[in-house]
This record gives sequence, C-alpha cells and structure tokens, in this order.
Amino acid sequence: MLKTNLRQETRKLNVTESVFRKILYLTGICIVVLIFAIFLTLLISSFPALKTFGLRFFYGSKWDPVSGEFGSVPFLVGTLITSFLALLISIPFSLAISIFLGEYFREGIASSLLKSSIELLAGIPSVIYGFCGIFILVPLVRAIEMKLGITPIGVGILTSSIVLSIMIIPYSASLGREVIQLVPSELKEAAYSLGATRYEVIRKVILPYARSGIFAGILLSLGRALGETMAVTMVIGNKNAIPKDIFSPANTMASVIANEFMEASPGSLHLSSLVTIGLLLFVVTTVIGIIGKYIIKKMSVEL
Amino acid sequence: MESTVLKIEDFCAYFGDHRVLNNVNLSITRNKVTAVMGPSGCGKTTLIRCVNRMHELTPGAITSGKMLLLGEDIYATNPIIVRRKIGMVFQRPNPFPTMSIYDNVIAGYKLNGIKMAKSELDEIVEESLKKSALWNEVKDVLHRKGTFLSGGQQQRLCLARALAMKPEIILLDEPTSALDPKSTSHIEELITELENDVTIVIVTHNTAQAARISDFTAFMYLGDLIEYGLTEKMFTVPEDKRTEEYLTGKFG
Amino acid sequence: MSEKGISFRIAKDIIFKGLIILFSVLSGIPLIIILYFIVKNGISSINWEFIINLPKPVGEIGGGIANAIIGTLILIGISSILAIPMGIGTGIYLSENKRGKLPYIVRLCVEVLQGIPSIVIGIIAYAWIVIPMKSPSALSGGIALGIMMLPVIIRSTEETLKLIPNSLREASLALGVPYSRTIMKVIVPAGLSGIITGILLSVARITGETAPLLFTAFGGNFMNLNIFKPIASLPLVIFNYATSPYTEWISLAWGASFVLAVLILSLNLIAKLVARKWKVQF
Repeated sequence: MLKTNLRQETRKLNVTESVFRKILYLTGICIVVLIFAIFLTLLISSFPALKTFGLRFFYGSKWDPVSGEFGSVPFLVGTLITSFLALLISIPFSLAISIFLGEYFREGIASSLLKSSIELLAGIPSVIYGFCGIFILVPLVRAIEMKLGITPIGVGILTSSIVLSIMIIPYSASLGREVIQLVPSELKEAAYSLGATRYEVIRKVILPYARSGIFAGILLSLGRALGETMAVTMVIGNKNAIPKDIFSPANTMASVIANEFMEASPGSLHLSSLVTIGLLLFVVTTVIGIIGKYIIKKMSVEL
Repeated sequence: MESTVLKIEDFCAYFGDHRVLNNVNLSITRNKVTAVMGPSGCGKTTLIRCVNRMHELTPGAITSGKMLLLGEDIYATNPIIVRRKIGMVFQRPNPFPTMSIYDNVIAGYKLNGIKMAKSELDEIVEESLKKSALWNEVKDVLHRKGTFLSGGQQQRLCLARALAMKPEIILLDEPTSALDPKSTSHIEELITELENDVTIVIVTHNTAQAARISDFTAFMYLGDLIEYGLTEKMFTVPEDKRTEEYLTGKFG
Repeated sequence: MSEKGISFRIAKDIIFKGLIILFSVLSGIPLIIILYFIVKNGISSINWEFIINLPKPVGEIGGGIANAIIGTLILIGISSILAIPMGIGTGIYLSENKRGKLPYIVRLCVEVLQGIPSIVIGIIAYAWIVIPMKSPSALSGGIALGIMMLPVIIRSTEETLKLIPNSLREASLALGVPYSRTIMKVIVPAGLSGIITGILLSVARITGETAPLLFTAFGGNFMNLNIFKPIASLPLVIFNYATSPYTEWISLAWGASFVLAVLILSLNLIAKLVARKWKVQF
C-alpha cells in the first residue's frame, strides 16, 4: 500500500490538474485571439484610406503616391489575370499528374519519382522561383516579344503567370491524386466489365466522381496564387497601371505591397492604402480557403 | 476469517439516460478470486470499470450508490488515489511502447513522480515480474522496450505493472480473450497463485474459465446481479433459472 | 459494334495515356531546370570565403554571405521559440477535445491562419512590433515567421496525437496517473516522432520565406547578433542581389540560392527520416 497524506495530496492534485486544463484551454483561445487581432489590425490601419476614398478605392484605377490618389483596380486586375492565367496553364498539368499518380501509376519507380519531384517543386522557395524566372524565363519571353515585334521587356503578366503556374501545380495535383485514388474500385470494375476502355472509365466514371475534390484542389491552388508574392514581384515589371495585354508590365495586390511598403511613410495615406489592399487579400484568400475546405468536407461525408 | 475488501451497495451506472447497472449489491472477499460472468452487454465490464472509477472517464457516464473499499467510499475519494489502490489489466495488452520493460513495471511510480531509491525499485521490479512469472524470460533484457514480447508475455508485463503498485484489488477485464490457449493457461495458473497476495476480480465471458479459477462467481444479466456465491455451488446447483440457462449454454 | 469503332476507341485510349504521361513528365522539367541552374551557378560561387565573409561594397570581389547565414539561423531560432510551445500546446488541446464549440472555432482559425498570404503576416508584424519599436528588427521578423509556423505545427501535432490508441491512455489512468502527467509523459512521448516531423517541416517552410521579412527583419550588409536590430537572411539576400545590376552580387545570389536550397532539402529529408525511424509501434 502506498502511504499518502491524503488531504494534502488530493488538494495538490486538483490544483495541478485544473491548471493544466486551463493552460490547454488558453492555447486554444490564443489562436482565436490571434486571428481576430490580425483582422482588427488590418481593419484599423485601413481605416484612413477607406474613410478618404470609400468605395472609390475599389473602382478607381489611378494609383499615384505623389498626388495622393489611390485606386486599387490596377492590382485587382493584375491579380485576377495572373492568377486565372496561371490556373489555366497549370490545370492540364496538375490534372495529368493526378491521373498519372492516382490511376495509372499508383506505385513503383515512376510514381515515387513523380511524387518526389512534386514535393520538391512545392518546397522551392518563392524567391528562388523569382530568381530563376528573371534569368531563364525573362530572356525567353523577351525573345518571343522581339519575334512578335513588341517592346522586348521580358517582364509582365505572361512571365509571372507562367512562373505562378509552375508554383501552384503541386497543390491541385496532390489533392486531385488523393480524390482519384479514393474512387471505389467497384464503380470502376462495373464500367470495365461493360467493355469500357481505361480512358472511358477515367472520363466517365472517375473524373465525375472525383469532380468536387478536383475542384477543391483548384480552389486551393487559386488561393495560393492570389497570395503569392516574391516570384511575381520579381518578374511582373512593377507598373501601377491596368495591363493592356499579357505582355504588359503590371502589379498584383501582393507585389505592390512588396514594392512600395517600405517607401511609404508611416501613418501616411499611402501606407494605409497598401494595408487596405492587404486586408482585401486576407479576406479573399480566407473566403476561398473556407469554400474549398467546405467542399472537401462535403466530399468526405459522401464518400 | 474471511473479510470483505470491497462492498458494493445499491450501485447504479448510466451512460447518459441509459441505465446499465441496476442496484448491484455485492461483497468481494479478500484474497479470493471472484469471477464476474454473463452474456455481452450484461454490465460486467462496466461494473469493474466503476470500481476503479474508469467508467466516469466516458463523457456522460454517471453513477449512483456506494462502493466501500475497506470502509472508505471510493466515490468520496479522489479517483486518482482510488486507482493507485486498485489495479487493472485490460483485454488487450497495453504496455507503454516508449518505455523499457523495467520502466513499464514501475510505471505507476515513475509517472507519478514518486521518488524511490534504485535498490528499492530493483526489488519491486524483480518481485512483480516473479509474481507474474515473467522474470526468467526477461531478466536479461530489462532495458529493452517491451514491444518485442509476445501477446501472452505483454499481458504478464501488464500484470506485473499492476502488481508493482501493491494494490488491494486487481481487476482483470477478460485478460485472456486476446491470447492463445497456452498463454491463457499460463495466466490462469498465475491468478490462482496470486490470490494469496491480492484480491482478484476477473471479468470473463468464458464460463469454463470462471469454473476453473474462481472461488466466488457473480452472474450478471442486463445490468442486474442475478446470482452470487461460491463457484462450486453455483456451477452445480444454481439457484436462479437464468443462471442455469446461461451455464448450460441456452443463451450468451 | 463495328471493328472501326473499337479500334478508334482503343486509339483514343492509347493517345490519352500518352498525353497523361507526356504532361506529367513535362511538369518535371521546370524542376530539373531550376535545380540545374542553382547547382551550376551556385557551386561556382561557393568557397570558404563565401561562407565566412560579409558582403563587400560594389566593385570589390570576395564578398560573402556569412551575415545572411547567421541571420537565417537566428530568425529560425526566434520563430521556433515562439511557435513550438504554442503550437504543440494547441495541438494537444485540439487532439484532447475532439468535439465542442471552442475546438471547432480554433480549428477554423488554424485553417484561416494557414491560408493568410505571407506578405500580410509581414504587415501585421510591422504594425505590432516594428512601429512600436520604431525600427525593423530580427525580433519582428522572427515573430512573423513564428506566426507562419504555427498552423503546420498545430496540425501535425493534432494528427499525430489523434492516432495514438486510447488503450495507452487507459493504461496510464488505471495506474492512478493524473490526466496532466498521462498527456505529458505517456501520450506526447508516444507521438514525439510525428511532432518533431511537423516542427522540421514548418522550419523548412519558413526558412525560404522572404515576403514577411521585407519590412520586418529588413536585411543588411553587416553582421548583427542583436535581435532588436535589422538582420540579414538568405532569402532577402537572394531577393536584393538578384534584382541588382551587379554581376558580383548576382553570383552571390546564386550561391545563396544553393545554400538555401540545400538547407531546405536537408530539413525535409531529416523530417522524413525522423518520421520513419522514430515511429512508435503500438
């Protein structure tokens, strides 16, 4: 029998236990507080700009720190075009990878090789992508522009979209692979037993079934593309105007913040406007992320 | 003179609104093996999990009534203290995978931060492993992790771990149902030897096992204690018809 | 069914498979190109002086990135000190409270946190630390990176601990071990390999981050060990030198890219090894 001083030990136990549980509870609360603090900080610092411009901020197309006129349309356009163009370019590749890994080559050397290269692609930092973009892609685009008779600057929407597309492939590819792998084999076997070819099974059974998961993966990629900063900043050309075509230099929401934040004086309308753009980024990426997770959750319930 | 070590009075247990133990009254005799048997869902596992207050760990689990361990109400004491006086061996062996065999045996002391001299701990380890008939097989590998042991050996390690705390009662929850027949008979031999040191309550769905090793048997059905008495008597001349039907295999 | 119809379908099948393979292989090409250039241009810059020298003014040869390497390590240190305890604690909280209103909200917040663009985190660290301190600092950079590490650590801790079987917890509780010790001395040690893997992966993630450091750590050409002052780091060096017009600086940037890539790759590899070798069997 263990000899214990019953009352003392009981009291000590109760205190330690409740402290422990309280600390755990507090860590949870801290995360919630953190998110709210982030949102509030962005909101408060955006206030001067929002008060001055109101909704004009979101449809004005002139961004001029000198005259104090700040409209965010050039960056909204820049962001939207580069992100969607990047998505467009990346979707065939990520879909192919999803089908490759999820259907044709689930195991084996080819599978491990591709999986590793996707992981590596995802692990390369944005700044290195940008660096390689400057030295490899920009001269390439410049050559194309010269052939087409356009001013050969090399940087611009097209270049940044291409770099962006490579960066976001891993995200939709991984998710796509997972949902394709989860398609029940009974469904596939039913189709095969009716004489379908593999292509037909993929196209008519697997892809429709995995549709929402693939879509969620695309949303995930979109969220990443919208917030991507460094690589885009380095190859987009830093021009605060609405791009005329895909060879024009431009700026995205993220890249204008990266380029101008340190130049803006603290407390100025310029800085507040940049923070407002940051707030917009926060809201948009959060909403897209939540929609994506909601779709994934619905899918896993159905499965 | 046989004495009562645990007195269960008008005890009820619930999962939320659903009552699973109905007014159980039972006295466990010291240094004897008491078997609790019955068909699935009769409440036997719930009963012993109430004895060491593990039942209440499930959200929504409630109890009422008294359980007196040597006169002290278990439910008026801090459950942690109760659990140190009552040991439990589970259906599936669960040695701690990150600890060596040595540390597993004295886990009850180590995890509770109870400081003892190494010589004392060595003694406890040897004594407990000898009592659970595992000493000879592991005495040279005490500092290896226990996961390489067979199922039967792991279960004996868990028994040693419980014995090391020198509890008043050891609760065994179907300890051999996951083991092969040879390991099962090993453990049954142990139980019969151990009763001189400690009181044993064993839950089993195997009536033959109950007949083999227990001194007293309690038969439960749908949350009620149907019959309780000397094993010899219950298995030859059961008092309740339901007991007889269960023993002859009519249900369960 | 006509012969022609079947062979057409079979042809489509073969072409499709070919296209899938083609596009999958093509997607690996950027990786090969990037790795090739990093290795080719980077290795030529790497020598002993490169590692231990500070950057020299334009026009002088022989500059190095010693301050950036130290800076990166200091930033990793600060962010880890902040994020690891908080992250593991929240991970334990979430794995121990599977249902309930607050856990649900916390999980939601963790997901939101993971999706926030890194440059926005930079703005936040600027507002919270740089402005009150009236100066950029390593501390603000470390805090920004720490915030980014949190979701990864929380997620992997929660996932790891959820996988630990309940029987382990019951074994400990049945011995009369209090809940707090059961968690800290039985459950968490059992999940240690997964937790450490999560930490290593989160460090790998933030090592390459540049955006949050642009206005917080800010960079610099001098060696600095004071966390209240601006500090250089590898990604910042790459950014600043790659966009400069000086060839010496550009080769420094390649060298820094090589070092950074090796660092991140090693962290990922070690994480994989830890996950495999230290995994606890149940």
